Amino acid sequence: MLEQETNPTISKSTGLPRKRFYRARAHSNPLSDSHFPVPISPSHVDYSLHYPHFFPSADQVNCSKKIQFADIGCGFGGLLISLSTLFPEVLMIGMELRDKVTEYVKERILALRVSNPGQYQNVSVVRTNSMKYIPNYFEKGQLTKMFFLFPDPHFKEKNHRRRVISPHLLDEYAYVLGVGGIIYTITDVEELGDWMRSCLENHPMFEALTKEELEADPVVKLLSSATEEGQKVARNGGQTFQAVFRRTVPTS
Amino acid sequence: MEEKQIEEKETNRNVEVAPALIAVHPNQNSVAVAIGSDLRVYDLLGDCAVSLSDDSSPPFHKDSIRAIRYGANGKLFVSAGDDKVVKIWSAESWKCISAVCSEKRVSAVAISNDGQHVCFADKFGVVWVVDLRDINGNQAVVDKKAAPLLAHYCSIITSLEFSPDGQFIISADRDFKIRVTVFPKGPLDGAHEIQSFCLGHTEFVSCLDFVCTVDYPQGYLVSGSGDSTVRLWDIISGSLLDTCEVGAKAGHLEFDGSDEGYFTVTDLCTIPNSTLVAVAIQSLQGIVLLNCDISAQTLSVAKVVSIKGENFVPTNLGSSSSSGLLWMVTGAANLPRFDHPSASRVKVISGFKKSSPEAVEANVLEDDDIPGGVKLLEKLQGSTSVEEKVFVTVAEAVKTAMCNLLIKKQYSVEKREFRKSTRNDKKIKQ
Repeated sequence: MLEQETNPTISKSTGLPRKRFYRARAHSNPLSDSHFPVPISPSHVDYSLHYPHFFPSADQVNCSKKIQFADIGCGFGGLLISLSTLFPEVLMIGMELRDKVTEYVKERILALRVSNPGQYQNVSVVRTNSMKYIPNYFEKGQLTKMFFLFPDPHFKEKNHRRRVISPHLLDEYAYVLGVGGIIYTITDVEELGDWMRSCLENHPMFEALTKEELEADPVVKLLSSATEEGQKVARNGGQTFQAVFRRTVPTS
Repeated sequence: MEEKQIEEKETNRNVEVAPALIAVHPNQNSVAVAIGSDLRVYDLLGDCAVSLSDDSSPPFHKDSIRAIRYGANGKLFVSAGDDKVVKIWSAESWKCISAVCSEKRVSAVAISNDGQHVCFADKFGVVWVVDLRDINGNQAVVDKKAAPLLAHYCSIITSLEFSPDGQFIISADRDFKIRVTVFPKGPLDGAHEIQSFCLGHTEFVSCLDFVCTVDYPQGYLVSGSGDSTVRLWDIISGSLLDTCEVGAKAGHLEFDGSDEGYFTVTDLCTIPNSTLVAVAIQSLQGIVLLNCDISAQTLSVAKVVSIKGENFVPTNLGSSSSSGLLWMVTGAANLPRFDHPSASRVKVISGFKKSSPEAVEANVLEDDDIPGGVKLLEKLQGSTSVEEKVFVTVAEAVKTAMCNLLIKKQYSVEKREFRKSTRNDKKIKQ
């Protein structure tokens, strides 16, 4: 505790990291070569490092529990924090490409674990390029929910291949999602909203959730309210565009 | 420090050295060698050099050829490379049936087992498919369009292979990945169902092939990599069955004396009707023969076949299902600072005994004993006598080119920090 009090990046009143010390660029190039460590395969992901409460030691084999939710491009982690208490028994991970932002989320989770004993043990974050390394983290059909909230719009047509939702990347998401798993997307950019919806509609392994299903899903409400980006849009009175789809068995 | 960065950029802009490639007709009717933009074919049935015919004038490729391959039924031949044109040839008349344009440079090609689809991969990680079902006879079809089949996210695809039963297409990339995708009935709509990822290599994957036997026709996948291993995979589950450290084995034996810690696997090729896999390794003058034990699911070194008295580090391997010969080529085009812009040399190994894989006999054939003999060598090599010293340069140039292309650039911490130092987010306002 003493150390924290002298650390200016941690807020004295809340014990949480202060965002202004983790300022980062809004965008990062997903095409550039990455130089951070990447697990060789999903079995090489060290769960004890991410979830020490559930996996007390590295050598203890606990195959029964695996990460089920992935927040791709988690940003400052608002959604993860909300989901953590909503699904306390589900392991979830945020994936973020920007190193400083990842660092912030890491500190935030650690601080929340300290101030709320027993809680927030099921969330973690990792710095990675999810467009390249999703199969290195998750096995086939492992995930039940994937989130793509307010992704980088990449307006230029030349840069459309940098979009995190694209026809070919959906193949990989369909691979890591189990049948019935749900993909949540939201954006405040209408053009990108249309793009994400049409990518999902045209993919043979996804189907849209019905209106009733959307209303019954408690997670849908969090999409626009839980994230920092969503709150910003709401503050400015902006519009959001959602697309929520379920992984299905391909018809052929 | 800035000077250093400029220097680095310049070396990257060097002309890309293209290694020589070889492909053998499944019935050994013909043998093809690609060196730079030059495609050379020798007809072994007619015992004569083949002259290709195309609507355009030679050279039929305007830039280095990076991939050549015969179809499994021996009717088609495909060549493609840096000129962004995929040429589909009849392997009988050697007329160009179709020329398909690619948006990017092509790095790998494959022909479906039924000969109805040609797939090619570009340097941006997209695999494209061309439907050949409406091509009848030897009539040339122009304006064929390729449809995107699948994509590795902006990673150079190094190898493409169909599974022996034709159910899957396997693609390997420089990001250590091997992807197994269900090849759909209507591939023009894309291949969306991923069967598995084969993960375990710790460097770029350079080559793929299947080991099949009569008892196990679906076969096991073998892959070679820059991490100097050859690995054995079950493609249905994506599980790693065995790893063979060929680099370590080759390192103890013969190599050209370079002191680097590991040995990139440049190519591998299974010997048909056997469980043997021939492996070409950077710096090794010869090949390593691995034996795959199908029932135990293991890979082990059976023999190292070294080539004596010549600087012969194979750049590419080929075999035909009928003959039991292993064809090897070494060579490169666009050699920097050299009198001969390109040089190649072909050699053949024979005598793989099927019955006793533990005691493999393998003999490097003399030039006169090669099918087609000196006439074939004259065509495929361009000349019968090639200066010895050239191939030392070739081996070195190919090695550098492969490193530049496939290994990620490593920057020191200081250099990275220096590059970031002007970024706005690095300036902490107090």
